[in-house]
Amino acid sequence: MAAKGWIEVSDTYCKGCELCISACPQGVMELNMAHLTPKGYHPAHTFKDGCTGCAICAVVCPDAAITVYREMTKAVAATAAPA
Amino acid sequence: MTTENLVYERPEAFTEMPTHYCPGCTHGVAHRLVAEVLDEMGIVDKTIGVAPVGCAVFAYNYFDTDFVEAPHGRAPAMATGVKRVLPDRVVFTYQGDGDLASIGMGEIVHAAARGENITVIFINNANYGMTGGQMAPTTLPGMKTSSSQSGRDVETQGYPIKVSEMLSTLEGVGYCARRSLHDPKNIRLAKKAIRTAFETQVRGLGFSMVELLSTCPTNWGMTPVNALKFVEERMIPAYPLGDYKISDAIKQIKV
Repeated sequence: MAAKGWIEVSDTYCKGCELCISACPQGVMELNMAHLTPKGYHPAHTFKDGCTGCAICAVVCPDAAITVYREMTKAVAATAAPA
Repeated sequence: MTTENLVYERPEAFTEMPTHYCPGCTHGVAHRLVAEVLDEMGIVDKTIGVAPVGCAVFAYNYFDTDFVEAPHGRAPAMATGVKRVLPDRVVFTYQGDGDLASIGMGEIVHAAARGENITVIFINNANYGMTGGQMAPTTLPGMKTSSSQSGRDVETQGYPIKVSEMLSTLEGVGYCARRSLHDPKNIRLAKKAIRTAFETQVRGLGFSMVELLSTCPTNWGMTPVNALKFVEERMIPAYPLGDYKISDAIKQIKV
């Protein structure tokens, strides 16, 4: 099963340039036309499931607006947090 | 036990200030790569940046390091002074093509010829971005800008200057490379080159420069996504990517 991830896009930094949308290998990102940032941009968001947490959106983001998380698999969790 | 695992977050070497760059401008990517490298090397506290005149004139607002602002084109001269007075600090300049390749050509060539132990991040976006997209020394032949409205005519305006190739002929240069910021793979390669350039300086192996092919969506009159395609299809053939000079000592560095 593919890894499951999710992203948080900062309203402070996102300028809606769409570079992450064209770079996303899963094609799960789009501009959120129902939301405006304080600067007046439509920020990027994920509109459906399928994010793997690969962080390619964060690699191309010119404004470092994206924080990427990935769900820890049981094997990784066991090594990362010793009892 | 937490089930979430942080994969990527904003570099700590950045301040909280949002950048003033146009949406989709790869200046932001270049800033982010420098910040990530400073974080990874743990040298944020002893780094001094030198900001240019151009779009990156406010770079001192975005990096959580010490910064000085140089007159137009004079960043390598100022960095020379800073580095000679404070040799234990890491000194880098961040310059565009109007700044470095035009008015500052004398400063960069002589700083490189002297082998000053500084790092230069050179952003090549083929025009003067801040002042409204005028023709720069790096503008491609035939490319339309606000001051070459029928396209750059090489008979009267000459050919673009290839800065990396030119500086790589100088003895004082330790590391000189050209990278592009148009896709994730090349962004990662660019980060590696910036890391190598800073490692060169930390080890005292001479002048280091990374030229980054960048976009200017506003002045090129394109969407950010189309501007990346322009870099891939038009700029890379004119400015081939690669390592132009890498001294033997630097080849040993593993990053």
